[in-house]
Amino acid sequence: MDQKLQLKARQYRRDVLDMLYACQSGHPGGSLSCIEILQALYENVLRYDPKNPKWPERDRLVLSKGHACPSLYAILADKGFFPKEELKNLRQYGSMLQGHPDMNKCPGVDASTGSLGQGTSWALGYALIGKRPGHQFNVYCVTGDGESQEGMVWESAMAAAHYHLDNLTILLDCNGLQIDGTNDQVMGLGDICAKYAAFGWETITVDGHDVDAITEALKRPSAGKPRFICCKTVKGKGVSFMENQVGWHGKPINQEQYEAAIRELEV
Amino acid sequence: MAEKKSTRIAYGEALAKLGAVDQNVLVCDADLAHATMTASFADKYPDRFYNFGIAEGNMMTASAAMAQCGYTVFCSTFAVFGAGRAFEQVRNAICYSKANVKLGCSHAGPSCGEDGGSHQAVEDISLMRTLPNMTVLVPADAVEMEKAVFAAAKFQGPVYIRTGRLPTDICTAEDTPFEIGKANVLRDGKDVAIIACGIMVPQALLAAETLAEKGVSARVIDMHTIKPLDEAAVLAAAKDCGAIMTAEEHTIIGGLGSAVAEVLAEKQQNVPFERVGIMDKFGQSGKPPVLFEAYGLTDKAVLAACERVLARK
Repeated sequence: MDQKLQLKARQYRRDVLDMLYACQSGHPGGSLSCIEILQALYENVLRYDPKNPKWPERDRLVLSKGHACPSLYAILADKGFFPKEELKNLRQYGSMLQGHPDMNKCPGVDASTGSLGQGTSWALGYALIGKRPGHQFNVYCVTGDGESQEGMVWESAMAAAHYHLDNLTILLDCNGLQIDGTNDQVMGLGDICAKYAAFGWETITVDGHDVDAITEALKRPSAGKPRFICCKTVKGKGVSFMENQVGWHGKPINQEQYEAAIRELEV
Repeated sequence: MAEKKSTRIAYGEALAKLGAVDQNVLVCDADLAHATMTASFADKYPDRFYNFGIAEGNMMTASAAMAQCGYTVFCSTFAVFGAGRAFEQVRNAICYSKANVKLGCSHAGPSCGEDGGSHQAVEDISLMRTLPNMTVLVPADAVEMEKAVFAAAKFQGPVYIRTGRLPTDICTAEDTPFEIGKANVLRDGKDVAIIACGIMVPQALLAAETLAEKGVSARVIDMHTIKPLDEAAVLAAAKDCGAIMTAEEHTIIGGLGSAVAEVLAEKQQNVPFERVGIMDKFGQSGKPPVLFEAYGLTDKAVLAACERVLARK
């Protein structure tokens, strides 16, 4: 994997910790697990214009696991959608950087998400328009494994196959954990690739911290149906004491923890 | 009065007319196109019609995304599902993002008849009224419905339009104006004001006729927009008539009656006031006229309430 991208990933993780330490709230675990998924999209796949964030023919990115928005904000700032200075305002009154993404406040955010399980339907709606005469854009949706327990996810999965939306890709940040425990403890997802395949989707499984592998999966020729990429990830990735810990889903970071985390992520 | 026609039929016909003049209109349904009457649009413009199957939540959120691409999206199902089952999707996807989605929800109220209480939305106006960014329209008849559809299409932002299954009396004229947020005084009067919406408007007019025979002059206000409410019309009614009652085919909790009561209380209008509507109950199966009697949704119920507020003057 490209060393520059790896260094960038460490920077994004530091940005995330800076933001969450400053606001003393938010969701470290699930933010840290989807950094490389977002990198693969923003570095190698998405067509976008930071100077014209509402460009009608841009590709759409829906962050269905909206609580991971600090990672999205770090990347959007880095790509020039808004000044990096804004990051310190996460979750503050009047900020464009809401606790969950608000498309009317933050440039580059394509869907107001945070209510889990709705992102796949946002992506479905965009993909339907992407197939209309006069349009030709692709749609990507980053979902969580826990939110795949919502019935609505499967309503949208059925509809995407029904409408042959090969312009739609779901990337599952499959870190195995949710608020009350592991997925298997709370509500087992079973073989989620088999479930998507049964709904009529192409499915691919990759290492969700390998940008090259994610990119390769994203760039494969169309199979003529919607694509599901199961990205195997580690919740809290990059900070040893947060990795694979259920308790780091949404917990404020104290000074000692912050300093230790930053030390691990320094270049 | 002219022949009866249901507002859902008028809704479907209006969508078909709108589709002819506005290429930007898309219509979505959840396997009820022949009941909500979006089929009238789908038959003419199949390439602009999307059926989501029996999956209302998915339809609402997907419609928000479609609208955010610059389309005007009309989205239909039964009121009990559009406002109830998919409430959170309407809240978070449509209203929170200010998506240009129009919900045309049918089979509202006991007038949907035999299907029974599970299908007769009695709370949809109340639910939709609480949502920021949402406009709520309850047209009085088929003629007003067409105007409401065109006005909603012209309006930028989420709109809820309540439609009904039962053919009902036409009580407005082709040249009656329609402006969102501006009530129509269909009959002027000075002794009591009846503020009504939906199919209770014709009942209010019948009650006013009976009152006239008794020498009482009743003003009948067609409050087709529940939100934003025409406060000026309410205050004028309080000032001119000194007694007010509301009539709606909906629970008395949170709908038109509540909205009017809020204005009267906050503006310190100490006038006799009563609400006619469904008294905190679910509906049940039955022929609509039987249900109207059982639930007090008749011209006689309106008349009785008028007489009570008049007695308190």
